[in-house]
Amino acid sequence: MQKFNTLKSIPAYLPIVNIDTDMIIPKQFLKTIKRTGLGKNLFFEMRYDDQGKKISDFILNKNPFNNSKILIAGKNFGCGSSREHAPWALLDFGITCVISSSFADIFYSNCFKNGILPIILEEDKIKELSEYANRKEEISVDLNENKIFYGNNEIKFDLDAFKKKCLLEGLDDIALSLKKSEKIENFEKNLKDKKPWIFND
Amino acid sequence: MPNTLYDKIWNDHLVDQQEDGTALLFVDRHLVHEVTSPQAFEGLRNSNRKVRHPNLTLAVADHNVPTTDRSKGISDKDSKIQVETLEANCKEFGIKLFGMNDKRQGIVHVTGPEQGFTQPGTVIVCGDSHTATHGAFGSLAFGIGTSEVEHVLATQTLVQKKAKNFKVNVNGKLPLGVTSKDVILQIIGKIGTAGGTGCVIEYAGDLIRSLSVEQRMTICNMTIEGGARAGLIAPDEKIFKYLEGRPMSPKGEDWNKALEYWKNLKTDDNAKFDKEIDLKAEEILPMITWGTSPQDVITIDQKVPNPQNEKDEDRKNSLERSLNYMGLKPNMAAKDIKIDKVFIGSCTNGRIEDLREAAKILKDKKIASHVQAMVVPGSGLVKEQAEQEGLDKIFVNSGFEWREPGCSMCLAMNADKLKPQERCASTSNRNFEGRQGRGGRTHLVSPGMAAAAAISGNLDDVRKYQN
Repeated sequence: MQKFNTLKSIPAYLPIVNIDTDMIIPKQFLKTIKRTGLGKNLFFEMRYDDQGKKISDFILNKNPFNNSKILIAGKNFGCGSSREHAPWALLDFGITCVISSSFADIFYSNCFKNGILPIILEEDKIKELSEYANRKEEISVDLNENKIFYGNNEIKFDLDAFKKKCLLEGLDDIALSLKKSEKIENFEKNLKDKKPWIFND
Repeated sequence: MPNTLYDKIWNDHLVDQQEDGTALLFVDRHLVHEVTSPQAFEGLRNSNRKVRHPNLTLAVADHNVPTTDRSKGISDKDSKIQVETLEANCKEFGIKLFGMNDKRQGIVHVTGPEQGFTQPGTVIVCGDSHTATHGAFGSLAFGIGTSEVEHVLATQTLVQKKAKNFKVNVNGKLPLGVTSKDVILQIIGKIGTAGGTGCVIEYAGDLIRSLSVEQRMTICNMTIEGGARAGLIAPDEKIFKYLEGRPMSPKGEDWNKALEYWKNLKTDDNAKFDKEIDLKAEEILPMITWGTSPQDVITIDQKVPNPQNEKDEDRKNSLERSLNYMGLKPNMAAKDIKIDKVFIGSCTNGRIEDLREAAKILKDKKIASHVQAMVVPGSGLVKEQAEQEGLDKIFVNSGFEWREPGCSMCLAMNADKLKPQERCASTSNRNFEGRQGRGGRTHLVSPGMAAAAAISGNLDDVRKYQN
């Protein structure tokens, strides 16, 4: 997994609440058996018209936002389906940080498996940052310090310490868990005694 | 300290807990389908890992399968590749799979319970947000992403942080024509789509206890639409009776041991919940959604909202966007909404009781001439049962199409989809923009309400057609 450290970009602002994962990447693109190549279909229905032409006033079709690495969006971002294709599409487009006042649980956890940093801020801070998007000014994110820098200001954001460590170091979850193999084996042994019906054999 | 049912299942599955609270949780049951698993199996192959417990894993293709004649296979190239990839992966890693022509094939969340794979007190995961369905059996069941699917395949565990406890009490008796679908729509309307974020919901109260196993599944299924990853109900005699004798249920001495364990699965008196709400069953009416979020609910007697009455700017914009997408006018009566299609099926409402409920309304009636309607049973076994009861004939005689099992138009990954601006009364779970097809307009309703809409040609009150 790609490590996340610092990031500097003009953010794109999508002022819509409850952006669901169907909106982020519609179902016709879930038929892939790969993780890559989904970026061109990110926000497909808002981004392209019925003939497949780019809709020029959609934010991510406009310069400089077509190169934004940071997306600011309305509350409850990523609700609905568990499809990891949503963070894969964001990542493939080049977005590695999403800022909102709240995220749906599954999407939030999927982000961390793909080197994407989701940041939760109060609504008034979101409004403040969105001004930078409107003015096409850069903001920067420093994960080490848990801070966003904009103009002469900074905001601190909260993040679970373990999730932060995994992002900073680009750690592989499975390898980490497999280090606990002995504990898993012990658990399984106890389980066989206590609940023999679980194992189906 | 008194514990909730969620606390108990959590504690019982802790393999390890770090100081910061990050836990490694054992997974008893893992359901796999074709859409969210190919990258996970690929990951296993790339890192030379095996599936730790193939016999705790069950696979079935559901999202992509055609619901029409299957003798010629799948015509869509990408869908075909995905289904074949699942078959190849299951073979390579030794996982049990119900193939497309197996009568046990169906939507994972219908198949799991049907086979007795779903059991009380277990941790059940699947790369699908509607895994919450299995909570009806008193299991901790939730959807996960593909990276987590790979993690579970490789380790039979999952890295998790404990969620909050949220209790939803529903007491009283439901009025005639009102079902568990209306109950969950009402709950989502009340708490909002983010109301349960960070929580596990336990449904309790005498109304919940009075519901059948399948009705409970409908409620737990849509928990995710209220933002909570999992919803559960304490198991009782109805659950035990449902599971007894199912192919994958415990047998013999194991059954007795399991039963003894299952009977103690309940929240302690005085256990603390972080959040709690109460609903009176008597006050719940037949519901519809008018907008593009499952929280956009009104009763069939109400009118579509007017954004001008909203003070909150975000809310006002969101209402306007929804009304515009849905092609509705503010203050329009729900019953004046004319429909083009009806879909009965999905992991929310594709089980035998749902089909009986719709068939009861449709018996000896015809659907409106401009409506195209279809029934997609939740599994091959549901289909078979319905045919034995003659329900297929009732549907077909009324003008419905009788299809093969799968997810179908709930998410329109196969050929079943809405055309732009087409309007559908649907028993599924999501009315998001484009969910049932680009530009398609979805109104979520109960199976009885879907049948009523099919007859009337517009959203209508199921109570009008109660025999």
